Amino acid sequence: MMFAPATMPWFALHEWRLMWRDGVAMMTGGYPARRIGLIAFIVVVAIALHLMANAIMGPWIANGIVPDKPTLVLITGSGFLFWTVMLSQALESVTRAYYARSDLDLILSSPASSRTLFAVRTGITALTTLLLACLLASPVVDVLVIRDGVHWLMAYAVLAALSALATAIAVLITVTLFRIAGTKRTRLIAQIIAAIIGAGFVIGIQAVAILHFGNMSSRFALFGDPQFVASMPDLTSLVWAPAKAALGDWPSLLGILALGIGALTGTIAFASSGYGRHAIAAAGIGQQRVSQRTTTVNFRPRSQKQQLRIKEWKLLARDPWLLSQTLMQMLYLVPPALYLWISYGQSAGTYVVVIPVLVMAAGQLSGGLSWLAISGEDAHDLVVTAPVDPAAVLQAKIEAVATVVAIVFTPIIVLMLLASIDLAAKTAVFAAISSGSATAIQLWFRVPMRRAMFRRRQVASRASTISEALSSIFWAGTAVLAAGDQYLIAILPGTLAVVTLLVAWGLSPRGRPVAV
Amino acid sequence: MSDPVYALDIEGLSKSFDRPVVKDLTLRVKAGEFYALLGPNGAGKTTILRMVAGLLQPEAGSISVLGIDTRKDPIAAKSIVAWVSDEPMVYDRLTPYEYLEFVAGLWKIDAARAQAHATELIDWLGLAPHAHQRCGGFSKGMLQKVALAGALVHDPRLIILDEPLTGLDAGSARQVKQVLLDKVRQGVTVIMTTHILEVAERMAERIGVINHGRLVAEGTLAELRARVGRETTLEEIFLDLVAQKEMDIDAGVDAAA
Repeated sequence: MMFAPATMPWFALHEWRLMWRDGVAMMTGGYPARRIGLIAFIVVVAIALHLMANAIMGPWIANGIVPDKPTLVLITGSGFLFWTVMLSQALESVTRAYYARSDLDLILSSPASSRTLFAVRTGITALTTLLLACLLASPVVDVLVIRDGVHWLMAYAVLAALSALATAIAVLITVTLFRIAGTKRTRLIAQIIAAIIGAGFVIGIQAVAILHFGNMSSRFALFGDPQFVASMPDLTSLVWAPAKAALGDWPSLLGILALGIGALTGTIAFASSGYGRHAIAAAGIGQQRVSQRTTTVNFRPRSQKQQLRIKEWKLLARDPWLLSQTLMQMLYLVPPALYLWISYGQSAGTYVVVIPVLVMAAGQLSGGLSWLAISGEDAHDLVVTAPVDPAAVLQAKIEAVATVVAIVFTPIIVLMLLASIDLAAKTAVFAAISSGSATAIQLWFRVPMRRAMFRRRQVASRASTISEALSSIFWAGTAVLAAGDQYLIAILPGTLAVVTLLVAWGLSPRGRPVAV
Repeated sequence: MSDPVYALDIEGLSKSFDRPVVKDLTLRVKAGEFYALLGPNGAGKTTILRMVAGLLQPEAGSISVLGIDTRKDPIAAKSIVAWVSDEPMVYDRLTPYEYLEFVAGLWKIDAARAQAHATELIDWLGLAPHAHQRCGGFSKGMLQKVALAGALVHDPRLIILDEPLTGLDAGSARQVKQVLLDKVRQGVTVIMTTHILEVAERMAERIGVINHGRLVAEGTLAELRARVGRETTLEEIFLDLVAQKEMDIDAGVDAAA
């Protein structure tokens, strides 16, 4: 299909082709033969998710779904959780449209309209946001369609409207940030806002659940609480329009579609004129020079390892964007920390619920930091050609990572220590094992890359990403069972964690000629 | 009479990726010499130098730097070698001073001596006004100067440079060339690849021409002229030698060699 050059459909086709090829390369790791395996994997995962959704939704559907207030509260609350993830994703994508260079320099230096490009890229952001939402929601919606009626298909139209609305709001936030905070800070602030929006609502609901019920019960439990339901607006409120639309109410669906599409087109029309200007300003950020406050440098006598560790810490501390990407996972530590705070002095047994969160977070944080220290080495040639034993280089980098992880987790462990030495010790041990496992995986799969490639580190190896996540989950499971003194059962997740590490080691490209 | 100690002594070096890149190469560079390694794109120059710097492992052969076998004692060999690539690899978030402090630490140079030397190099390379700015916004030329300062701060005996003048403006290129010539005068050995034949012609004492992973010719400019049998520029000599090699390959001479 041919379109006139530089028109909207022509740009859309170009963007779609790039996105498709990028997506396929990301999923197959550059090996087209893996497509069949990938499709089989996706089918198996989809079936498993649908079965899980069926098991969870079954009792609710069996009782009969009526559009009463508790149902609307549950659908709206759950839907809002999805929408915050959509908004977070849209905000990241919109920011990338301004800051990612790749072909932007070429297009902006061409006679093609930057407004057209912006409209296409914003539209694609809405589309990818919708795809993500569909991916997350489809098991639930499909089960509802099959077991309760085809009217639930309207939920997909609601998702489309909400993704358009999320994208429109993301554009408005970004443009506002450009005006208020300036080009230099917009990316970082948008990144933080995206993370807070993405995790904030989940954490907020969890926090309310903790304060309300006094335990780490499901955040969904709050939506079923009669007191909470009673405090919500009555049935005539517009707040329930998306939920009513999902339940098959046509006027509500048309209203929300009009709102979403109208907001998106209006925002594109409003923001597109400034796109070229902002994108060009964003391109100039790399050219700006940052002066250090201290203008006198006294070279300090340090060992080779000290130099390497200090270099890692300096680079991390001076890159707030990268630091925020890594430390954002720490937001998920807020609920367990809050729970520890409010249950201080209570039975030590209640602390068991926070252990898996801490152990998983330790693994995830270590994985990200280890990638930065081990693979994300900007002066790889320098470090390799230095007269330092490669093992000493790796040791110093691992020490640098371990120190940061220890700084983050020690206060929480100390808080636990005040109530239970046993649980604190077990948490510390399994957090260290989880952290060590993630670091080991990064070590086995190390591939020198620029630190700026942090976001795309998963592309380097799906095996390392999956094994890192699995080992954290299995160690968390082992930790919680060991904390509950169920040592025999704990052997199972512990064995799975070890098997995961062995498989990762087996899949890793060992025997590299040059170490980092 | 015993053999002289060469700054670089390569014997039977081979390396393949998806195809052979370096084939049974023997190359010797005398201490205190300015040696230029020339060759068309993909000839294997960078691969050779990366093996010398310890960035790649050879499949066969030996490399010795000032009498130190790089395989048997890599740390000792690395401590007297500096590597500068065409793509300056410095940390965006460190200032030139901090970068030099880091490099000096890696090479275990005494802090006070390193600081004095770093200050001298920063002045010498015209980096003083930017010494306390992070390297992130620097131009290619400035980054190359920072990388060069890093290579010199630990007083190497052998400096290996891969296309160090690529992308530099005339002033920066002149400064880099001057620094290298000064180092040679002080007895340091410099091995450099370049596509700017005029630079090799004017600066190098000896020139080696690599094609298809083999050393096809070597000598002073006068010796290379004698080899092609006419008084001409290095550019003409280079093109003649490379064209001759292509003809040899077409005629199957290379395969038989």
